[in-house]
Amino acid sequence: MRYAETGFELEIDLSRGSIDRVESDPELTKLHLGGLGTSARILWDRVPAETDAFSEDNLLIFASGLLCGTAAPGCNRTIVSTFSPQTQLLAYSMMGGFWAPELKHAGYDKVILRGKSPELVYLWIHNDKVEIRDATHLRGKGATETAECIRRELKEPDAQVASIGLAGENRVFYASIEQGRSSASRGGIGAVMGDKGLKAIAVRGTKDVNVARPAEFMSLCDDVLKYIKFREDHPIPGVPAILAVLGSPQEMRIVDEEWHTTNFMWGNARTRRKDFWTHEIEEKWRETQESVRTRLIGCYNCPMKCGATISVPGQPTYMMKCYSKLTYTMAAYSDLEFGFKIAQRATEYGVDGFSAPQVMAFALELLEAGILTDADFPGMPADVEGRFFWLLDRIVRREGIGDVLADGTYWAARRIGKGAEKFDHNTIKKHEQLPLKLGMLNPVYYLMYSTGEKINITQIEGQFPQAPFPTMEEREAFVKDWFQVPHEKFKQYLLDWELRGDNSNPLYPTIEASCDIVDWQEKMHYLDDALGTCAGLSSFPLKPPYHIHNFPSFVSAGTGIDFDEAGIWKAATRNRTLLRAINVRRGMRRADDKPPEDHWKKRFPELETKLLDAYYKLKGFDSNGIPTKESLLDLDLACVADDLEQRGILGKANATSQKTPTGEAEEGKEVLSHA
Amino acid sequence: MPKVMKKIKSITIDADKCSGCRACEVICSLFHASPRYSSNNPARSRIRIVREPLRDIYLPVYAGEYTAAECTGRDTYIIDGKKYDECDFCRASCPSRDLFKEPDSGLPLKCDMCEDEPPLAKPKCVEWCLNDALIYEEREEEVEEPQASPPDIEVGIEALIDKHGLQQVLDTVARMSKS
Repeated sequence: MRYAETGFELEIDLSRGSIDRVESDPELTKLHLGGLGTSARILWDRVPAETDAFSEDNLLIFASGLLCGTAAPGCNRTIVSTFSPQTQLLAYSMMGGFWAPELKHAGYDKVILRGKSPELVYLWIHNDKVEIRDATHLRGKGATETAECIRRELKEPDAQVASIGLAGENRVFYASIEQGRSSASRGGIGAVMGDKGLKAIAVRGTKDVNVARPAEFMSLCDDVLKYIKFREDHPIPGVPAILAVLGSPQEMRIVDEEWHTTNFMWGNARTRRKDFWTHEIEEKWRETQESVRTRLIGCYNCPMKCGATISVPGQPTYMMKCYSKLTYTMAAYSDLEFGFKIAQRATEYGVDGFSAPQVMAFALELLEAGILTDADFPGMPADVEGRFFWLLDRIVRREGIGDVLADGTYWAARRIGKGAEKFDHNTIKKHEQLPLKLGMLNPVYYLMYSTGEKINITQIEGQFPQAPFPTMEEREAFVKDWFQVPHEKFKQYLLDWELRGDNSNPLYPTIEASCDIVDWQEKMHYLDDALGTCAGLSSFPLKPPYHIHNFPSFVSAGTGIDFDEAGIWKAATRNRTLLRAINVRRGMRRADDKPPEDHWKKRFPELETKLLDAYYKLKGFDSNGIPTKESLLDLDLACVADDLEQRGILGKANATSQKTPTGEAEEGKEVLSHA
Repeated sequence: MPKVMKKIKSITIDADKCSGCRACEVICSLFHASPRYSSNNPARSRIRIVREPLRDIYLPVYAGEYTAAECTGRDTYIIDGKKYDECDFCRASCPSRDLFKEPDSGLPLKCDMCEDEPPLAKPKCVEWCLNDALIYEEREEEVEEPQASPPDIEVGIEALIDKHGLQQVLDTVARMSKS
């Protein structure tokens, strides 16, 4: 008997219309835990390196985390993975909500989709009954609307539905998969779902999810709940409001947006408005937020309330969480009311709340610069809000200029030419990033931005404060009950970190300390993505209830497979290395590991070279960012080493690295171009 | 009839505070699993949240008595502009719906306030609701001395008789006892 996991996966071939229930290999759980870890293994084993994102051979995997559906609070994440049409690298995105536990209760850990359906279909999973059903009547419908229609036609109000909108159907490179207030948005995975002709997956399950050692597991859960309550009563002093508490950033609850609006950039990641936040604006935004917010809502088995139901008069109700309330607002230099209005339409269309507004702001910049002309925008309104709605409508339908913009800033800039490339200044590996432009290089963030396989900073950072505390008193107070650290040295790193002087950015944290900090942050995310724990209770906030010291007990008591700290750390390292190998096999190299050029005004090429070298060394990569044979063998990934060797990637590593100047990407070194 | 003091356990449900997370359903099914906490399955829970996010309906409802027949008429309530079906508030395990039935056997479920030995300070659903949507209270009330309640087995057999008819249950028992 398998514990915590069901031990079964659904294999769906949409070309042939076949459905198989397949038992998974328990050895893979020991190696990769579950969720993203085991999905990555499937993608490595089964998707040839040359496969285009829009090929029948590309897989789209919906995975539950290993602990989803157990009593562990906040373990509810669905991890969707595939290859991205935008980056042609691995794309994975997580969503909370209710979908993954429901899949577990239906008796499956994953849904693995291959092929393409000739007609638009949706998948209906009801315990042992699984059907591919016609969805032609849902074509063009919004993501939320689709979920409602499916629940009605199945007469299953308790079914959980993940669906795409028009953007996914039309293969927009930043199309999302929506599920209630949650979405898996990054990397264009909604476009892959649309390419496969799959409108939605509805699931309803009424089976048990078992754990191996019930009493022990329950006592761990009770401790987590107690600590969540403690943290609710003890917010962390000296940090911005949204970083003081647990959960996904509490954007729905908190009105004070001084930190975002004065530190993040407006427009196409262009303008910082340090004086923007005033008392008047705070009052106006408070009124807007409180008038449209019906209720704060939570995800499956989690006491946090990171989401909200939003009802803007004259528009259908929708659900929202986190920072998307501001991304449209700030890209358009508009206000919060506009943000809530356009997010409703964007949610129905199913687009990523980071990329979509940035692409639209980029288009308007090109118009202003004369690179695009009025002829490219026939009939576009004069006001900026109207323009954003107009652009959004065209992008998701791929009409006119919308077809170009639907590929994201990187590809659009290259299709437009005439100097448009310069306006693509906020992408990493062709993927739009948070609109942040800062002064002094931060060594920890330099490494995370450059090397993160997620290509998305918000899903890489966490644990360690983003900035030093000004006084020693504050630092000492912070480290006093900081039991989450994997090692005591992290406390010293924080104690020694100053705002100015020798012990400040960019030279402090030191190279070694920076690598250690990134290693810890990264490990926590890899564990969350395998176990299904929400980042908001684990890898993202400061002092979370889940940490490296209780994860081994959770996994051991849950699955009955014993892990100690070293064992779980190694599993996370294995998963991290496997993801790197997947991308390396698709052409990614050191030259691609770099932040946007203008992310920091003050850059230090020599220091950056040393940082990257030291990070690669710690990770067991060679100087070109390729996992070494020794590290792969040490991580029981001999099959990966063999494959890379056969392709000449491992053997050639040293020769290539000598030719590649650090931190400078040459055109010839780009990863796979879009087919 | 002689009067006795009885401890009344009650839960105030502040539906306005419900975030719809279903932790109450999760912990209920775990507490009642055998062995205790060994499996989670909200479909076996004795509390269910009637939940329609887009209409802002969040209504935690506890399993009450089993009923053999559904109501003949079903009314609709409109409260604060939100439309509720009468069944949304109903605690009964009833033939008109799947709610409060064991998913395997179809037998009815009923909230027992997590009765345990030694007694818990409060039912598990209340303990796990950190949003204070469920508030537990105990009070003493003078009531008529209750008659001994039928043992569990009788409740179970009665439910089977209601479902399948007396004769079928007798026949089945007779057949099974022979084999």
